[in-house]
Parts: sequence; structure tokens; C-alpha cells
Amino acid sequence: MNTWHEVTTLEEIPPLGARVVTTKQGDIALFRTADGEVFALLDRCPHKGGHLSQGIVFGKKVACPLHSWNICLDDGKAVAPDVGCTRSYPVKVENNVVYLSLA
Amino acid sequence: MKKMKLVMVGNGMAGVRTLEELLKLTPDLYDITVFGAEPYPNYNRIMLSPVLAGEQGIQDIILNDIDWYKQNNITLHLNKKVVRINRKSKVVVAEDGREAEYDRLLLATGSSSFILPVPGKELAGVVGYRDIQDTNAMIVAAEKYKHAVVIGGGLLGLEAANGLALRGMDVTVVHLMPWLMERQLDDNSAQMLQSALEAKGLKFMLEQQTQELVDDGHGRVKSIRFKDGSEIPADLVVMAVGIRPNVALAESAGVYCNRGIVVSDTMQTYDPSIYAVGECVSHRGIAYGLVAPLFDMAKVCANHLARMGIAYYQGSVTSTKLKVTGVDLFSAGNFTGGKETNEIVMHDVTSGRYKKLVLNNNTLIGAVMYGDTKDSSWYFQMIRDGKNVAEIRDQLIFGQSHLGNAGSQGQNLAATMTNAMEVCGCNGVCKGTIVKAIKEKGLFTLEDVRKHTKASASCGSCTGLVEQILASTVGGAYAPPATTVKPLCDCTSHSHEEVRKAIREEKLISILQTMIFLNWNTTNGCAKCRPALNFYLLCAWPHEAKDDPQSRFINERANANIQKDGTFSVVPRMYGGITTPQQLRRIADVAEKYNIPTVKVTGGQRIDLLGVKKTDLPKVWADLDMPSGYAYGKALRTVKTCVGSEWCRFGVQDSTQMGIDIERAFDHMWMPHKFKVAVSGCPRNCAESGIKDVGIIGVESGWEIYVAGNGGIKTVVAQFLVKVKTHDEVMEYTGAFAQLYREEAHYLDRTVHYVERVGLDHVKKHVVENAANRKALYARLLYALQGATNPWSKENINAREFESLEI
Ligand SMILES: Cc1cc2nc3c(=O)[nH]c(=O)nc-3n(C[C@H](O)[C@H](O)[C@H](O)COP(=O)(O)OP(=O)(O)OC[C@H]3O[C@@H](n4cnc5c(N)ncnc54)[C@H](O)[C@@H]3O)c2cc1C
Ligand code: HEM
Ligand code: SF4
Ligand code: FES
Repeated sequence: MNTWHEVTTLEEIPPLGARVVTTKQGDIALFRTADGEVFALLDRCPHKGGHLSQGIVFGKKVACPLHSWNICLDDGKAVAPDVGCTRSYPVKVENNVVYLSLA
Repeated sequence: MKKMKLVMVGNGMAGVRTLEELLKLTPDLYDITVFGAEPYPNYNRIMLSPVLAGEQGIQDIILNDIDWYKQNNITLHLNKKVVRINRKSKVVVAEDGREAEYDRLLLATGSSSFILPVPGKELAGVVGYRDIQDTNAMIVAAEKYKHAVVIGGGLLGLEAANGLALRGMDVTVVHLMPWLMERQLDDNSAQMLQSALEAKGLKFMLEQQTQELVDDGHGRVKSIRFKDGSEIPADLVVMAVGIRPNVALAESAGVYCNRGIVVSDTMQTYDPSIYAVGECVSHRGIAYGLVAPLFDMAKVCANHLARMGIAYYQGSVTSTKLKVTGVDLFSAGNFTGGKETNEIVMHDVTSGRYKKLVLNNNTLIGAVMYGDTKDSSWYFQMIRDGKNVAEIRDQLIFGQSHLGNAGSQGQNLAATMTNAMEVCGCNGVCKGTIVKAIKEKGLFTLEDVRKHTKASASCGSCTGLVEQILASTVGGAYAPPATTVKPLCDCTSHSHEEVRKAIREEKLISILQTMIFLNWNTTNGCAKCRPALNFYLLCAWPHEAKDDPQSRFINERANANIQKDGTFSVVPRMYGGITTPQQLRRIADVAEKYNIPTVKVTGGQRIDLLGVKKTDLPKVWADLDMPSGYAYGKALRTVKTCVGSEWCRFGVQDSTQMGIDIERAFDHMWMPHKFKVAVSGCPRNCAESGIKDVGIIGVESGWEIYVAGNGGIKTVVAQFLVKVKTHDEVMEYTGAFAQLYREEAHYLDRTVHYVERVGLDHVKKHVVENAANRKALYARLLYALQGATNPWSKENINAREFESLEI
């Protein structure tokens, strides 16, 4: 069973932008795409730990601010030819409220 | 809707590249079926030479394995030669009777080795050099037999000869012409090449015509006899005298051919539902035999198959590089010259170097180099761009000066480097890693190498080295991108110029509008194009285009420099490098209050607070009560000054005040890249004006202005622009140059790259010679800067950017 934590409202995340959520498991980045989908990844790039929340979001990807690896928002995998994966977390949006699960 | 059917005949490099480009554009438009006469999936034909030389195996050179076809839902028929096309019912038929219907047909049948029509050509032991089968036949022969003869002293023949010699055979190259590779080399360079190959053990017989191949009595070749009656032993004969486009299939279907399947600039044959790419086509009367042009064709063809309909193929300039280890040779363009052309030649017999450049009215049209090819891509670029070289003609032959080029240990000759030597200092990549990636991953472009190895992906100072390694590994398959038509990024086929022009002329004022108008192939771009577009829009339509923070790199979004641990640095402005005790006190207090671990004096005459947490930034700024120094931005950075006439005994002008005035007037100025200025009070030049984007030096009678200097990775001395008398003139000229650079440079080009591209004369024309234009430029800059305010002030801070959420 997922335990959903209420985090914020959709408006609080800029489109094509991100917010950082501090949790017991470390910082988690919440991303919002152009069409309002929300994704959550551990805020650590699989390359050298760059803070993904600070990157540029495009399509369903984010470009890491340190060395521009592209990371997929839905599964946390680096786009080829780079190889690596960062942890992703379940999120849902209901009535404009964003919920995150640490499961 | 039912999908359309695309059938491809010929499963080789050009065809499969076209499919790859097509799938990138529209993955689902077609049901794709491929027929290939060979039993292998697409492999890297040009790597047959290293396979023959024993440097690689067949498995290493497969470019697309069977799984690739499966993953992309492509029906693959190997070992099935197509023998008939029925254009009326739109069906192709293979040798074994299998049929496939098409809506669009793509012919990519490549070419075959030309076999000399001499008696004995059908004997065992006589092969062409084209595919895996030929290569295997040669490898087997090399194990059993001693004498090999290669007919044809061109690129392919020499690579075959080299490979066979490495496998222990005694190899003679027979050539009809008076010197080797006569289509790529002049007599001097060919002679140098021949000597080098002789030293490796190859033998040569020039100006010899083959009469007959002699049977050993059991159906195998035993010797070769020439027109003059002489004869030499031969257990293996490799015919490398040329290739013939495979047009029989197209011709039999009534598709117009003339030494190749004739195609238009959209890669269409005379039958509009049939396209053709690769060595089998004839475009504007030319059939190409190298990979680079075929890949250009593939891009264009895919664009039309995808129904985008905006690309044109307009022919390619090709270059040649022989893939024989230890031989450095390059040729491109027209190097034989003619009546209207001039030649510049350098020939150093002892060091084994030879260079010939052919010019026509100050444009470079051809080049041949032997021994030292480090500048080959530089020359090739100029040939392709048709660049006017009048300004640098005197130095042209000496190559691109690498004056003060830092990094890569001053290495500039890739061939002399061992595999263990480091090429890219930034990312710690050595030569061996690059060569391995190129060969095994099938890389052809600088961009590919950057993506896969990270070499040359950071500072770029090793780009020349990487290009050389690429060129000597893939031969003529490497073509440096033509600078003039390079698309802005993978999301579009439009160049920087085209994008800027559309923004200006169509009055596009948002990123989305621009992407829609120019048919971007992604919905919201990528991290490369969005920052560029954001700048182009702000530059073209100040006060109208709205800044998009989400399209800025984090540094400009947070107005601070991100550090490798995710903390930020804060550099407040100190106009002209002048500070006060009050400011210093505040800085000290802030550093203590927020536990800022490092306080550093920068190279730009101000103070850097390093290690600030992002959430503290707004508080730090408020307590500092100083304006942002834009040390994080593609913007006006710092104006460095010396103390000047106020204090210095040599000073003739008040450089400090001039610097302060410039920094204040042009504060908040967004630029294509960072922009640094310095002002010195006399020619002793203590502020180092010689390596700044704009460097100003006070002299007795006024000020000298220099532009496009650079103190970074590549140290470049600024060039003299103009000398002026008054303070106001300095402001006007500096502002006008800055605005010209803002309006014309590609995003992320420094002034040095920009001026290198357009030429100093262009800048002089707009900024110095034409006063009305200068004033207009200056006025546009001042208009753009009107009302700009400090991004660190409270009302400009977007709190959301800095606060984190919690659970
Ligand atoms: C040994 C060697 C070294 C080379 N070195 C270089 C180099 O250094 N640099 C460079 O730029 N180029 C080099 N080339 C040239 C380069 O390999 C070719 O330009 C390129 O492979 C041509 O691509 P293509 O797709 O047009 O033809 P191919 O790759 O030849 O593909 C055509 C395919 O179509 C198949 N086919 C033909 N007819 C039919 C049919 N009717 N039905 C089904 N299938 C059919 C053929 O069997 C073949 O597999 C080299 C070539 C060779 C042989
Ligand atoms: C992420 C990378 C970089 C960061 C964070 C960075 C940061 C800085 C900072 C904070 C300063 C002080 C400038 C000031 O006071 O305004 C500076 C100065 C300087 N930087 Fe960088 N820089 C980076 C990359 C580069 C690159 C790539 C080059 C070369 C092309 C370069 C060349 C310089 C030079 C020459 C100075 C001295 C300027 C002067 O003396 O006026 N920097 N840099
Ligand atoms: S540049 Fe000239 S005026 Fe300025 S400090 Fe040096 S010597 Fe003095
Ligand atoms: S840390 Fe993300 S790309 Fe290097």
C-alpha cells in the first residue's frame, strides 16, 4: 500500500519547472511538464550527483545542470548513450493537489 | 488509419541511415520492409579495411543488429535479392519469388566492384573488394598463399594491399597511371605516399596495363601478364579499379538512370513514389563513393518520406583520408587547379611534409596534405563554406595558429599520440577510448563522439585533435559540419541565422510561437535551443518578449553560480573594481552570519562568496544590499580598471571613472555569452585590456578601443577597432559593438568566435565607418536597457525558486 503525502498544489510548481521536497529519505525533485503531468525523482543525478531539480525541463526529460545528462522523468533513466538511473517515486495529482509516496 | 508501406531494397549504410533518420522524425508512419542481398544486417563497410588488416573482427563492425530491426518493427529479408519492380501494381519481387507491396519504395542498392574485362577474370582467387564475402576470401587466401597482386592504386586498392601485407603476403600494387591515387593526390604527395608504403614492404608497378590472368591448370589464378609481355606470380588478385552503381534493377523497371539512378534535390527518382539514396544514385551528374555525402542524402530523403518536405540535397564537397595506420594524408576539393587559380605550396623533404592549397579569387577551393594533416578539418571547413580568406591569406599555409592553446598538453598531432595519451583534459578521455568507440559504436560525427565519450564536450580545446582521430579512423566518411548551415539543435533544421531572421521579420515574441512557426520537431525544445530562443527573443523584441525563467540555465534563473556540490556563489558588483569600507564590512558580516565557507577575490576585481545554500540566497542579497555582479550570466560581467590618472604617475586618462561609467551604463545587459571589459589608463595596460571582449586603453590624445580578445581556454589578443577622442565616443562605440554582437552572434559564441566568423571588416563597417548605423545600434541598446533593475532586489525575486517544500 502506498501512503500518500500531500505536498503542495499544482500551481506551486512552474510549468517546465521543478520544486524541491525535503524528506527523511533526502531531497526529492518534483517536476511539472508543459501539459501538467507531475513526476518525482531523487534529486541526485546518476552521473555525479547534480541536483536535477535545478535543470531545464523539456518533453518528459530534464537536463542536469552540471554536465547536461538527460534524465527521463518517468523512470529516472539516463538517455542513451549515457547509462545510469536515479530513483523515481510515485506521485498523483487530485483536484490540483499533489501527493507523493515514499514507498 | 492504415499505415503506408515503405519497402527498401539494399540493406546497406545509406539505406539504413535513411530509416534511422525517418524513425527519428516519425516512428509510426510506415510499415517498413527491407530486402538485403547479403546475409548480414547493416554493417560498417568502411571498417572492412581494419578487418582485413586484422585490427577488428566482423562482429565489431555490425551497425544495426537483428534486434534493432525487431525493435523498430521492420520486416527484414536477408539473403534475398530483389529482381523485379512492378511499378504499375507497386510490388517488388525477390529472387525466391517473395513479393512486397509498397506505397513508397526506397532504392539503396549501392555499387559493385568493377571487374576488368580481361581473360581469366572468372578464375578462382580473383576477387573484388566490396563486402564481407570478399574480405573473408582474402583472409583465407592469405593463410594459404604467398603472392598477392592488387590491381588499382586508389584508396581501396592501397587499403587492401596494406591489409594483405599485414597478413604476411607478398603484395604488388599494379596501377595504370603514372602515380598513385591520381584522383586525390598530385604527383609530389603521391610520391611521398609511395615511399612510405614501400618502407612498409609493398611493391609498386606503375603505368602497367593488365593483359591476362593466367590459369594454373586447376581453375585458379597463378600469375598476371601485362601488355608489355612481362609476368609476375599471383595466387590472389584483388580488383580495385573502381565501382559501378547497381542500377540494373531500376533500369529494368524503366526508372531513368544515367551512370546511377537519377534523382532530384529531394532524392526522388523520375517515378515520384520511388526514392533512391547512396552510391547507386546520380545527383546533378555526380555519383558519390564516400559515406559523408550519403548521410546527407539520407537526412534529406527521410525528411521527405516523413512528409515534412522542407529539406534539399544540394551536393557535397568530399574529402579523402587514407586509413593506413601511420600514414597521414588528406585531400579535398579541386587540388589540380586551372587557369584562374593560384597555388600555395610548402614542401619539406627531410621532415616528410607537403602541403598544397589551391585558391580561386581568395577562396580556398582545394587542399592536399601529406605528413602533417592537423589542419585538415580547418581547411576543409573553409572549402565547404567558400569563405573569403583574403585577410589570412599570408598565414594560410601555416595552418590554424594554436597560439596559447591551453589543455591537451599542447598536443596537436593526433597520429603521433599513443592510445594511452590523454586527448580531452576536461573529461579525462584518452585516444584509445575514442578510437575504440568510433570503431565499435560506428560513430561518424564529432557530435556522436562527444555524446559517447564526452571527449571535446566541455571546453572544446581538443576538438581539432578529436576531428583528426575521427578522420583517420573513418577516412573520408568524416565531414566536419558546415558552419554556415548548422542547425541550432536537434529539434530543428533551421540555423541560428534563420531562426533570428524569422523572429525579427515575423515578429515572433514567444518561444512557443517561434517553435510552431518554424516547425520545431519537439513540443518544448531542449536544453540547447530554449536558452538560445529566450535570448534571441529578448534581444529582438525588448520590453515585448517576456523572459522565460524556465528556459534559462539554473545560474541565470537563480541569479547565482551553481557549484559542484549544489551550493551557490554570490558576486556583488563593485563598479570599476572600486569598493568602500561600508561594503567590505557588510560583506564580512554576511559571510559570518550565513557561515559562508570561502571568501575569494576574483580575477575580475571583486569579491566572491562561495558555498551559499540556495535557500539563503534571498537573505544574503538583502543583507548585502549590493547589486548583482552577473558573474553567473551570459551578460556584462565585470569592467576591470587600473587606477589611472587619478593616482598613477604614468596615467594619462581617468580609466577608473571610465570603467565605472561603462559598467553602470551597460549593467543588466544580456548577451550571447559572457562579456568582459577592461579599461587601462595608459599603454602599460595594467588592466589587461588586450584579452577582453572590449579592451580600452587611454592614450595622450584619447582612447584606443580593441575588441574580441579572450583570456579563456584559447588566449586571443584583441584586435584594434578604432581610436576616439572623448568619453562619450568610448561609450557609443563600446555600446554599438556590444549591440552588434548581441544581434548577430550565435548564442554561446564569445565575441572572438563571432568576429572570427563575420570578419573584423564587417564590424568596422557597421560600428566605425557608418556613423548613422553606429548611433542606431547604440540607441537600440539603450532602449533595451531602459528600466532594467537589479535582479537581487526584493521585488525581482521569485520566492518559489528558493523555498523548498517539506513532508
Ligand atoms: C573496403 C572499403 C573501404 C571503404 N572505406 C571508406 C572510407 O574510408 N570512407 C568512406 O567514406 N567510404 C569508404 N568506403 C565506401 C563506403 O563504404 C560506401 O560509400 C558506402 O558503404 C555505400 O553505401 P550504400 O548504402 O550506398 O551501399 P552499400 O553499403 O554497398 O549497400 C548496398 C546494399 O544493397 C545490397 N543490394 C544491391 N542490390 C540489391 C538488390 N537488388 N536486392 C537486395 N539488395 C541489394 C547490396 O548487397 C548491399 O548490401 C569503403 C568501401 C569499401 C568497400
Ligand atoms: C561553470 C564554469 C565557470 C564558472 C562558475 C566561472 C566563474 C567565474 C567567476 C565567478 C569569475 C570572477 C568573475 C567576476 O569577478 O565577475 C571568473 C573569472 C574568469 N573566468 Fe570564469 N567561470 C567559469 C568558466 C569559465 C570559462 C569556461 C572560461 C574561459 C573561457 C573562464 C574564464 C575566466 C576568466 C579569464 C576570468 C577572469 C576575468 C577577469 O580577470 O576579468 N571561466 N569566472
Ligand atoms: S595602465 Fe598605465 S595608468 Fe593604468 S595603472 Fe598601469 S601604468 Fe598606471
Ligand atoms: S552530475 Fe548530472 S550530468 Fe554530471
